[in-house]
Amino acid sequence: MSEKITRFFASRWGIILAGALIGLLAPLLQKAGNPANMGICVACFERDIAGALGLHRAAVVQYIRPEIIGFVLGATIAGLAFREFKARTGSAPLVRFILGVFAMIGALAFLGCPWRALLRLAGGDLNAILGLAGLTVGVAVGVQFLKASYNLGRSHSAPAVVGWVIPALMVGLLLLLVFRPQFAEGGPIFFSESGPGSMYAPLLISLGVGLLIGFLAQRTRFCTMGAIRDVILMRETHLISGVGALLVVAFVTNLALGQVKFGFAPQPVAHSSHLWNFLGMALAGLAFALAGGCPGRQLFLAGEGDSDAGVFVLGMIVGAGFSHNFALAGRPDQVVEGVLKVGGITPAGMVAVLLGLAVCLVFGFSMRQK
Amino acid sequence: MTTTVDARGLSCPQPVILTRQAIAAGAFPVEVLVDTVTSRENVRRAAEKAGLQVQVEAVGEEFKLTLTQ
Repeated sequence: MSEKITRFFASRWGIILAGALIGLLAPLLQKAGNPANMGICVACFERDIAGALGLHRAAVVQYIRPEIIGFVLGATIAGLAFREFKARTGSAPLVRFILGVFAMIGALAFLGCPWRALLRLAGGDLNAILGLAGLTVGVAVGVQFLKASYNLGRSHSAPAVVGWVIPALMVGLLLLLVFRPQFAEGGPIFFSESGPGSMYAPLLISLGVGLLIGFLAQRTRFCTMGAIRDVILMRETHLISGVGALLVVAFVTNLALGQVKFGFAPQPVAHSSHLWNFLGMALAGLAFALAGGCPGRQLFLAGEGDSDAGVFVLGMIVGAGFSHNFALAGRPDQVVEGVLKVGGITPAGMVAVLLGLAVCLVFGFSMRQK
Repeated sequence: MTTTVDARGLSCPQPVILTRQAIAAGAFPVEVLVDTVTSRENVRRAAEKAGLQVQVEAVGEEFKLTLTQ
């Protein structure tokens, strides 16, 4: 029976089901309180967690997002239920950490992970086209490295406790969210009083949706980067059918909820600086390809015991700290007294994106071990 | 002559890339060793797409896939 379920989830209908469910639930989370075109965004939500912990002090993006906790623990539950939870470690963790840092810097230059790029497009935000194009180019470059035998090396199995570190961390975050302790006067835990960080669906709804998606995504191996990579690398359309389902269902759901507004500017929590939308996501896409998974997939892998994916997740959270402390993240377009003020990234942000691309290329050319 | 691909510990998509290289080399049967269910299903999918017969055997916590024409 368990084997039959596993085969179903590994089938095309399984992955379409997972994508469609994310496409349905994300706009509903927005309806329930999450920020616009940000029903789910792995990068933004990890950034909010970094802010809540005080790793950055951007007051508008600080909240412990239960969706992230749910994604990890949902994958843990699925991993345990289907005997796939397996603690493993040792595949170039430090390289994965740095890839996570720059993946986040790239994603925040664009203002979203691949999931949010799809959800932004499904809400009519045409800037997402630039982001998705950049993502595709970044992944395509990563595929060239894979073809030239780029490899981060083998992991090996480890004592169970290694696999439990990230799930335990998530339980800790959940406790901090529920009890909201304050560790110093005017200090963490921080919760935004305005801006995107102050907009959230009720805790139990967010957590429940996170657990459900985490469970399904662990079973189906849903991955947006992998979807693009597999098409380019081997004309394999399995994963991308899930991504397509996400996009279509999210668009239809947004239409039904009146959440679609076509155009480039101003769009919610987005900027229309086309070049940096493209390059930011190109950096993110390359980093995801070199690390073997999109931010969502890294959370699900971390949930089923893959501590190397866990290191990538921690890299992303630290990267979010740098991104906001050093003002590298994209600033949204704003309308001030009826005049559109186009956002974008600072010169420092531009340097950071280019530096990230250079670092990824160095890893791409040099990591060739068997 | 049997070709053996040891893809244990390698993360996605390495097991599939190595399997495809072995299939292209054409020395069947091809035996692929993997240590996760994800890799097992990915290798199975790639082999079936290439029109091969796939036999899966559990070896402890690992898997051996035998691909034949």
